[in-house]
Parts: sequence; C-alpha cells; structure tokens
Amino acid sequence: MQFPILSVIVFTPLVTSLLILLMKPERKTEVRVAALAAASFALLLSIWVFISYDKTAAGYQFLEKYSWLPALGISYHVGVDGMSAPLVLLTGVVMFTGVLISWGIDDRPREFFAFLFLLAGGVFGVFVSLDLFMLFFFYEIAVFPMYLLIVIWGWVKTREYAAMKLTLYLFLGSVMALVGALAMYWVNYQNTGILTFDMLQLEKAGFSGQFQYIWFMPVFMGFAILGGIFPFHNWSPDGHVAAPTAVSMFHAGVLMKLGAFAALRVGVMLLPEGAKQWAWLIFILAMVNVVYGAFIAMIQTDLKYVIGFSSVSHMGLVMLGIATLTPEGLTGAGLQMFSHGVMTALFFASVGMIYDRAHTRMIPELGGMVKALPFVAIAFTVGGLVGMGMPGFSGFVAEFPIFMGVWKTQWLAAVIASISIIVTAAYILIAVRKVFFGKMPAKFEGHMTPISALDKVALFTLVLLMTGLGMFPNLLAPMISLGVQNVLRLLGGA
Amino acid sequence: MDFISTHLLTSILFFPILAALAILFFPTEQIKLIRWTALIASLVPFVLSLLLWGRFDASAAGFQFSEQYPWYDAIHSSFHVGVDGLSLTMVMLTTLLTPLAILASFGVTDRVKAYMILFLLLETGMLGVFMAVDLLIFFVFWEVGLVPMYFLINQWGSANRNYASLKFMIYTMGGSLGLLLAIQMLGVLFQTYDLVTIYTRWNALEASANLLPWFGSYLTVETVKTIAFWAFVIAFAIKVPVWPFHTWLPDAHTEAPTAGSMLLAGVLLKLGAYGFLRLVLPLYPAQSAQYAGWLAFLAVMAIIFGALGAYGQNDFKRLVAYSSVNHMGFVLLGVAAAAKVAGTADATIALNGAVFQMFNHGLSAAGMFFLVGVIYERAHTRDLNQLGGLFPIVPVYGAILLFTSMASLGLPGLSGFVSEFLVVRGAWASMPIFAALAMIGLLMTGAYILKGIKKVLHGPLNEHWAHGEHQLTDISAREVIVMAPLMALILILGIWPAWLLDVINKAMSMLF
Repeated sequence: MQFPILSVIVFTPLVTSLLILLMKPERKTEVRVAALAAASFALLLSIWVFISYDKTAAGYQFLEKYSWLPALGISYHVGVDGMSAPLVLLTGVVMFTGVLISWGIDDRPREFFAFLFLLAGGVFGVFVSLDLFMLFFFYEIAVFPMYLLIVIWGWVKTREYAAMKLTLYLFLGSVMALVGALAMYWVNYQNTGILTFDMLQLEKAGFSGQFQYIWFMPVFMGFAILGGIFPFHNWSPDGHVAAPTAVSMFHAGVLMKLGAFAALRVGVMLLPEGAKQWAWLIFILAMVNVVYGAFIAMIQTDLKYVIGFSSVSHMGLVMLGIATLTPEGLTGAGLQMFSHGVMTALFFASVGMIYDRAHTRMIPELGGMVKALPFVAIAFTVGGLVGMGMPGFSGFVAEFPIFMGVWKTQWLAAVIASISIIVTAAYILIAVRKVFFGKMPAKFEGHMTPISALDKVALFTLVLLMTGLGMFPNLLAPMISLGVQNVLRLLGGA
Repeated sequence: MDFISTHLLTSILFFPILAALAILFFPTEQIKLIRWTALIASLVPFVLSLLLWGRFDASAAGFQFSEQYPWYDAIHSSFHVGVDGLSLTMVMLTTLLTPLAILASFGVTDRVKAYMILFLLLETGMLGVFMAVDLLIFFVFWEVGLVPMYFLINQWGSANRNYASLKFMIYTMGGSLGLLLAIQMLGVLFQTYDLVTIYTRWNALEASANLLPWFGSYLTVETVKTIAFWAFVIAFAIKVPVWPFHTWLPDAHTEAPTAGSMLLAGVLLKLGAYGFLRLVLPLYPAQSAQYAGWLAFLAVMAIIFGALGAYGQNDFKRLVAYSSVNHMGFVLLGVAAAAKVAGTADATIALNGAVFQMFNHGLSAAGMFFLVGVIYERAHTRDLNQLGGLFPIVPVYGAILLFTSMASLGLPGLSGFVSEFLVVRGAWASMPIFAALAMIGLLMTGAYILKGIKKVLHGPLNEHWAHGEHQLTDISAREVIVMAPLMALILILGIWPAWLLDVINKAMSMLF
C-alpha cells in the first residue's frame, strides 16, 4: 500500500492539537517546540505532495478511500488535483510561518496552539476532501476554533463583537451550502438509486438544468461568504482586525481561500450548468468587491483594516476569475489564491510585529519604522508590491490571466476593474511610506526591539515565495492549469 | 566565455541584479567597498555591450542575439529577448550612463547600500524594456523599473519628495493602464505575446474580421485599433513626456537625487520614445499616419512650451527638467513625420533623427543634471538669482557647463545639432508648418540655455560665493571623470556621427 500522505498531512495537526492539550500548561517552551515540529513536518509533507504530483498524469492523485458510514454513502475519500495541491502547500506554509511568529505568545500558549492546529487540520481536510460530507465536516472544524481564538486571544476592544459576527456569517453560509449539498445527495439518490456523498460520483450525476439553476446560488454563495464576496464581506475585515496575528494570517491567508475553493469545487464543479446561468451575477458581485474594496481600503486609518479591505478587493479578483469560467480566468483565480494567501500572511505578520512594539496600528501615529525594523519594512514593501500587481511579483502573475479571462467575458469590465489597480497602488504606497518612512515618533524610542530570528525566517519564507513565483510563474501555473482543465471538462469545454 | 557568447543579452541584463544581490550581503558600514563594487559591477554590462556592439551585424534584418526561454506557458508568454539596431543603441546608452550615474553618486553618504542596490535594479529594469521581444516581458520590465526610481526619489530626494514620487508613480502607472489593457486584449486575441507574431497578425486583421466576437457589432476592428492606438500613445506620451502629460517630470526631477535625475532624463524618458518606435509605429501604421498631425501638434507644443517653461524657471534643475520636455519633443516630431509619410526617404531621415536625438539627449541631459548637482552640492541652492558670476571662481566647471549647454542648445559641431537637423529635415516635406514652429522652438531653446549660463557663470559676481566658508571649490577630478566620456561622445558624434547613424539608419530602413 502506498504511503497515505494526505491523511498524514490532515491528521498531523489534529493529533498534535490533542497531544498539546495533554501537555502541562506551564511548560510553554515544550508546547512551542512540539507545535513547530508538527508544523514543519506538515510543511515538508505538503512540499512533497506538491513536488511529486505527477503533472503528466493530471487528475486526482494520492487518492485514499475508506468507507466510513456505508449505509448513508459517506466515505473518507481524499485526493488532490492541480487546483488543491498548491493550496495544501499554502496551508503548510502559513501554518509553519504562523507558528514561528506566534512564538512569543505568553497567554496560554498550550490552548492557543491546540486551537490553531485544529483549525489547520480542518483547512487541510477541506482542500483534500473528495467526499461532500467530509468536506463539510472539515469545514466546520476549521470555522469553530476561529471563534475561540478570536474571543480569547483577540484585540480586547472588538473581539466579542467580531467573533460573534464572523461565526454567525459563516454558519449562515455553511447552512445554505449544506442544504444545497443535501439536495444534491437526495436528487442523485432518486435518479440513480445510489446513496453517495462522493463528489467524483456526484460530478456524473447529471442534475437537471432546473435543479442546477435553483441550487447553484445557495451553494456557491454559501461558501463564497467565507471568501468574502460582496455584500457578505463585512465580517471579514472586522474578523481580521480582532484576531491575534497568527489567526489573522490563517484567516486571510487560508480560510478565505477555503471559501473560494469550496465554492469552485462544490458550486461550479458539481453544478456546472447552474454556474453558467448565474455567472453574470457572481461576476457583478465580484466586480463590486474588486473596485469597492479598493476604495474602502484607501480611506482606512487602521493599518489592519487597510489590509482587511485589501483582502476583500483581492479575493474579489479570485471570484471574478472563477466567474469568467474561462481557462485564463480560472488559472488566474488559482494563482491569486496562492499569491494572496502568502501576501496577506506576510502583511498580517508584519502588522503584528509592529503592533507588538508600538501598541498602535493607526497609520497617522506610526512612522519611521524602517530604522528600527528594517527587515519588516522590506518584507512589507515586497508584499505591497505584490498587492499592487507589480510585474515581477506574484500578484501580477495572478492578476494578469484573470484580466485576460475578463476580456474574454466582458471587455468593459476589464476596463472598470483596472481602476482598482491604481487605487490599490495609491493606498499601498501611502501606507508603506507613512508607516515605515519619515520620522519615528519620539514615544516609540526604545520600544522598538528588533524582531527575532524566527520572525525573520517566517518573513523571508513568504517573501521568497512571492518573488520566486513572480519571476518564474511556470513553477506553479502549469499545475493550476491542470486543475483548471478538470473544471473545464465539467463545464463542457466552455 | 562560451556561456557569455551564447547568453550575451541575458548576461548584460541580469548581471546588475546578481551584483545587487551580492551587495545585499555586504556589511552596511563598508561604504567604500559598496561604492566600488557597484561601480565595477555596472561597468561589466558596459564592457559586455561593447562586445555586443562589436559582434552586431548591422545589415542583418530582425532581432539578433535572440534568446528564448519558457516563462509563463499558461498564457503563452516566453522570456524572449533580442536586439536590433534601435535597441542596441539604447542598450549602449543605458550601460554607459549607469556607471557614470553610480560614479556621480560617490558623494552620497546616506544608506549607501540600499541606494546602490536600487540603482543596479533600475539598470536591469531599463535594459529589459529595450531587449524584450515579448509584449508581456516588455510590460513587466516597463513597470518594474518604476519601483527603484520611486524609492530613489522618495528616500533620497529633497523636501517635497513624497508628493513628487507618488505623482511620478501614479502618473506613470495610470498611464500604463491603457497599455496593460491593450496588451491583455492582444494576448487574448492571438494567444501569444510574441512581438513578431503580433506584428504580422494584428496588421493582417481584415476590417471585417470576426476575431472579436465579444465586442459585439458596435465595435469594428477599425474602432478597436484606434482605441488601442491611443491607449499605447498615452502610456508612452506620459513617459516621454509629451505636453500636456509632462507635469510629473519637473517635480520628479526637482526632488530626485542627482544621479537619479541623470538616469531619469538620460534613459527613462527614452523608454517612452522607444515604445513609440518599437510598438506604436509597427502595430498601428494606419492609425499613426491618420493621427500624425495630432502627434506632431503635441510634439511642437512640447518643444515650444518646454522651452518657454524652461525660460520661466529660476530653479536651475527645473530649467534643465523643462529642457528635457523641449528636446524630447523633437523625438516625437520625428516619429510623427515618419508616420505620416511611412516608407519614404523623408520618413527614414526623420526616424534617424529621432533615434539619434534620443541618444544625444541621453548624453547631454545626463551631463546637465550632473552639473546642476555639482553646483548644488557646493552652494546648497539651485536658485539662479542667488548664483551668478561664478566663472572666475570655478573656471573648469564653467568651461564644462558651457560645453554641455552648447550641446543641449544644438550648436553645430556637437551631436545635438545633427539629430535636430535630421528631424526637421525629415519633417520639412510632409509637415512644413510644424517644422517651422519647431525651429521657433529651437530659437527659444537658445534663449533659456543662455539664460542658464548667464545666471550661473556671468553677470555680477555674488560675493557670497567668493570668500569665507561659502567659497565654492572647483569641480573635482572624480566629477570630471563623470563628464569626460559624455563630452567626448558629444564632440565625436557632432563631428563624425556616421559610425552610430549608420547602424541606426540600417535598422530604421529595415524596420519601417
């Protein structure tokens, strides 16, 4: 039997989570070391999956299938394709860097890491699930710890409000999607007489046009809420701001991709006809995300809100790429998920480092951080260039094909969406200048301790990924194209 | 050695980046080491481009020294570089000016490491534009060059740098939006970004072609081409910069550090002009001919208003900045004239003039900005009313300034004259009125240049600079070394332009 690598990836964080809970709470260093070891292990395995994915064979690989509740047709079925393998890698990276920069957490690190790993395990699980029931199962595992992480370790001022808002929004979304999933399950049973949640079988179910027309929106939007789609994006900036640094990284870096990915995997791939019918609406909503999000980000004064709304804008590009239903748009969406994940992880990590020292995130109060934290300044600047879609960095590589897809669908939209490029450039340049350059306020003198070596490793890893992908898009794009072909096959070669 | 022969262009292109990476690991306080490493590192591409010049076959058509590597297969873009006579000239200009700019920055003491790294990155960015034979690669380098320049102005500039650097960045990025969209459209249409393929297929599009189904029936091929033409033109016109898109330039120059201004005027402005020659004319011959009059109008406005603007300045650096608008106007005039009568001998003459003017302006503008920097470093003012009568105090500087100003003015015997003459000669037949107006502009060029010289060197001596702690010292040996190659080239090209013009001429007659 082949080594069950995907299961090991999924269960490493879950098991670590339990093991950490068994450790003594006062042995903080041991908890941290255990967390780092598990995160490194999961990262190495996800790199291994990424490298050894056979690009000539394409399709789903590293498959494992065990029946779990045969009476209801539920099985534990995992596998990755070109779309999900990069996201598994992304999760590995964010988990690893998240642990590195959370080293300094002193308030109950045991519980913190336990919840964080529960979250990570759920995320891994969603990306590799090929069974609809399992997907929901892992999805809820990922969402639930968010609530605790924000409410316990979050920013005192808004954490209760933000955690409540986030959880309610996401539960609303998952309920909508779950009803849709059950409808698929039931109709498939009526049509074929087989009870199954297996997505590879549901792909072939041949749902009627009318069924797809009715159920596509609840399923797609249900998941897309987690992707921050307009008008349900409101929870996301609040959640980002209230969450502790590592959770923000996870939240923006991975969780939002979870929404977009599940919307694609369940919504578009299982209900392709519905997707074609409703693409115009998703397209318009995503356009609002892109342009409106950029403008809102521009007027924020809290650095974390700037990034939170920039995520809304950038995730809009992912949805936009998906809504084009073109090879270019979907490829771009896949790349943007990866690129944006790395970028926001970097942003939130940097902001966290500044906040820990300055105890403020208000842009007008900050300044001159480059002297004290040069490494953070460079990393944040690189992240900013990625966010602006500057060529040579991963953002450009991702946004360019999305725009090509938009050209193919509705050329005028490409022209309108391009406004966001300038707005984004303006707010990022201004934020970078005000926070990192100029004169440092006197009250920060002496508080600006240098960042630790672990922080540097985390930032360096993220910067390397963004520049590497920007200069060599072929490292990732061909793989995503394979995943896209899988989607296009279901869409009937559209 | 073998590797370098087969990868000559990529060696030139990426050596500065590799050097920048190496400098990153130098200790920050080793300022001398960093300076000299950067200088030597920037000389390597220059030597290699001399090698390139030696091996270049001017009479062969098409791109030479081509190298092509897979880059972004998913959207059919490859890393494809090559040079022809046009790009070779610009590559030479870039690799010549960068070491001079770095040598000119030896006086910088603030964060030398980051400064030098940015300069080397800038060199790669600029060279990439000139070498790209793939539309997407062209755009990548086109934009990426903005980043180091932004930080050079923003971090090492003078008082109003925040405003100027943001204006520079947003203006140029905003201008490039149309270019970006048009490039995306071309890529969607042809499923390739290879420049040569796009040349042929884009021009072969029938007026009735049904290649643009998603445009609907209300946008014909003709309309789409016209809109795309203007999108390209605006992007490049902002970079040149052409009146009325020039307002970012004086601000950027005034705030930029000396060496930044040298490269901004010397090379970055040429990127815009190069875009006209490399993309606008070959991709839109019909539209270029149709709107040649408008382009010529803008060019002549740039010439006249650039000159008037320069005359009105009391800041020496702003004066030189406006002179760039004035001089680059001639480049666009040459382009417009050539577009109108494409294929004729007049067109080739005008284009020769335009390209030669690009090279010459690179030399003289870099020199002028450097000389402004020299006096600013000593006097800490650029206000022309506070200077005056300095010739006896700084005789060597005075002589050099006089020489460079004359080159800028277009004195016969110096290189600027040759190129401006060619442009006007090429434009004369097809657009006599614009040619005549350009000559009037040339007269005004004389006026502002003489004003600059008079206010700095002649007239009553401002005693402030003659004695005591404010006494000005003459130009140093290092600074003379920066100017020497520029002056030598200006003189040689003025007396015997044939060796360079021959290469340009062959390229122009094959291209258009």
